[in-house]
Amino acid sequence: MSMLSEPSTSTAFDVHGKPGERTSAPATTGRRDLVDPARCRQWLRDMLMIREFENRCMQQYQDKKIGGFCHIYIGQEAIAVGCTAAVRPNDPIVTAYRDHGHALARGMAARHCMAEMFGKIGGCAKGKGGSMHMFDREHHLYGGHGIVGAQIPLGVGLAFACKYTDEVIDGRPNSRVALAFLGDGALNQGAIHEAMNLAGLLDIPCVIICENNGYSMGTSIHRGTTMGHDIISKAIGYGIDGYVVDGMDVLSVYHDMSAIVEKCRRESRPAFVDMRCYRFKGHSMSDPRKYRTPEEENQYASDDPIGQLKLHLEERGELTEAVLKEMQKEIREEVRESIAWAEASPEPPMSELYHDVFVEPHGPFNGTSLPQMLQGKDLR
Amino acid sequence: MSTVTVIDPTVTATREIEFRDALREAMSQEMRRDPRVFLLGEEVAQYNGAYKVSKGMLDEFGPRRIIDTPISESGFAGMAIGAAMMGLRPIVEFMSWSFSLVAADPILNNAPKMLYMSGGQFGCPIVFRGNDGAGGQLGSTHSWCVEGLFSNVPGLKMAIPSCPEDAKGLMTTAIRDDDPVFFLESERMLGMKGHVPDGDYLIPFGQAKVRREGTDCTLVSFGRPVNFCLDAAAELAKEGISCEVLDMRTIRPLDIDSIVRSVRKTNYCVVVDQSWSFGSPGSEVASQVHQHCFDDLDNFVHRVHSADVPTPYAFNLEQEYLPNARRICEAVRSCLYRA
Repeated sequence: MSMLSEPSTSTAFDVHGKPGERTSAPATTGRRDLVDPARCRQWLRDMLMIREFENRCMQQYQDKKIGGFCHIYIGQEAIAVGCTAAVRPNDPIVTAYRDHGHALARGMAARHCMAEMFGKIGGCAKGKGGSMHMFDREHHLYGGHGIVGAQIPLGVGLAFACKYTDEVIDGRPNSRVALAFLGDGALNQGAIHEAMNLAGLLDIPCVIICENNGYSMGTSIHRGTTMGHDIISKAIGYGIDGYVVDGMDVLSVYHDMSAIVEKCRRESRPAFVDMRCYRFKGHSMSDPRKYRTPEEENQYASDDPIGQLKLHLEERGELTEAVLKEMQKEIREEVRESIAWAEASPEPPMSELYHDVFVEPHGPFNGTSLPQMLQGKDLR
Repeated sequence: MSTVTVIDPTVTATREIEFRDALREAMSQEMRRDPRVFLLGEEVAQYNGAYKVSKGMLDEFGPRRIIDTPISESGFAGMAIGAAMMGLRPIVEFMSWSFSLVAADPILNNAPKMLYMSGGQFGCPIVFRGNDGAGGQLGSTHSWCVEGLFSNVPGLKMAIPSCPEDAKGLMTTAIRDDDPVFFLESERMLGMKGHVPDGDYLIPFGQAKVRREGTDCTLVSFGRPVNFCLDAAAELAKEGISCEVLDMRTIRPLDIDSIVRSVRKTNYCVVVDQSWSFGSPGSEVASQVHQHCFDDLDNFVHRVHSADVPTPYAFNLEQEYLPNARRICEAVRSCLYRA
């Protein structure tokens, strides 16, 4: 059996290693229909948007407008964009802390994402979550989670809830699939193994997507993970179908994920995807990337997902220089506007400190146990 | 074990059932009422519950709603939290709260913080429940009182019944609550009998109950040790000391107002808490009483906790380790300068 799509394994640097022979049967067999050019151009725009957004994030971080930790998605844009395109808008998704790309791909306005990082009231979580914790109920994004691997049991729970709601409450077949993203650095957290066992055991329609960029912070996958060349073997051990997908090519991501997602939806079963990619920047903003060589980085840069899609469209005669320039100009303007909007958004008022701890506005604080700063104040 | 049976005079239709039956009755009634409620945990379904709390529930509700899980607390607690984020109302049974420690990340980092971190977008209406506390000669690893550890965390509510009636009333409230509730039972009390109301029965959170009225000293406690306090109060009455026993019923929220009211009457306060003393609900109560009743107190607040050691196995050592009636009596006499 073969991989769904061939990543560039023949070149000098191969951070992932050659996958094993047990890759599950390809979800997509036969010819792939060409994707409508307008849709391809939209994906190109979405990826360029994430790229520009992240580049400007790095500047804003260096200018100290963004605090805490900040993890940049550059290089992995094809995964968030391609996966989002492969699911329905009401399929819930959950991801780890490298989450700006998923938020934007899912439809969050750049200004709300930027304002969150600026710690402003206009942020998607009113400035209470920060870079690692992007939440968006309208777009069915269940976070942004900061603890490595912790979001995978949650993702399995989202899928469980979809299935339970459809089948037990509404008495109809399951209609939704949840996507739960993790990095290869999370592969050795117990939580994901417990979650995979539960998903396999209880037939939970959750697609667990490992954005395998080859590095767990500064530790290469082969230094930290057994069977690092063949991580789907871990899922297979839990009775879950595993797939290897070229995460640097948005068309592969879209086609393969569409097939995988629909299979999971139809069969109400989980899947695991080894989404092979490369992180072009450091783990976080404070990472000087001394653990890998410029030669390796340069080689992967030539696989740039944006460059690949551009080339594809150009070869089909569906992208002119003028259209691309106009697109880039609009994106630059939109991101610039998001920064200005975030700057202008007020800081959260002090009353926010004690809001959202409990569902009732001030929870079970009562009488003399009311926090000191709220005593004698108008609580609204 | 106390034999005191508490009957709430405001309730007429009651029958005598066990603590475990009261818990089951609350869960079953809520599951009939709301299809979003389901129970999951180790041995809850086919085995009928490791402690028979969920006995018969599989037969009534089927395997889609009474779900056996593998021994995998971190996984199934996290899964239930994800389901709660989408609006379901899971009840997660930990066979023992001691086993919840391997699920510390989901139950402490996700459930109580989700609403805040998402800016109010995603709540987590979930109940975690199970046996808490020492007393069964299970040794140190299986005898955790988690109230000291977990009540420190904002965003969660913590209920800890001391009798079958409260077990039902607090459990019903817990399941209907929109926030995560940590529900602390005691294996030592599961067979305790008491009069429990029929039908819907809710006890609001944050309302202490006076289990025994008194004038000389306020005993503040929660969970199983409330029964030790009642035993101690009966003993002390023989010496002419009249104790008022307050059962807090929930640790978060804490009904400090009821404590203050009682202490202003008695001028003495002893807190009885089965968790370790350092950074505990007992120390929090003492601190708040000192803050609010500084001028009312005729002695500092005395505290009786489990001994500050890992829980011993030997029967005699474990009994002495617990905040038992004898140790409570000693603390009250000391507090009232009658030692």
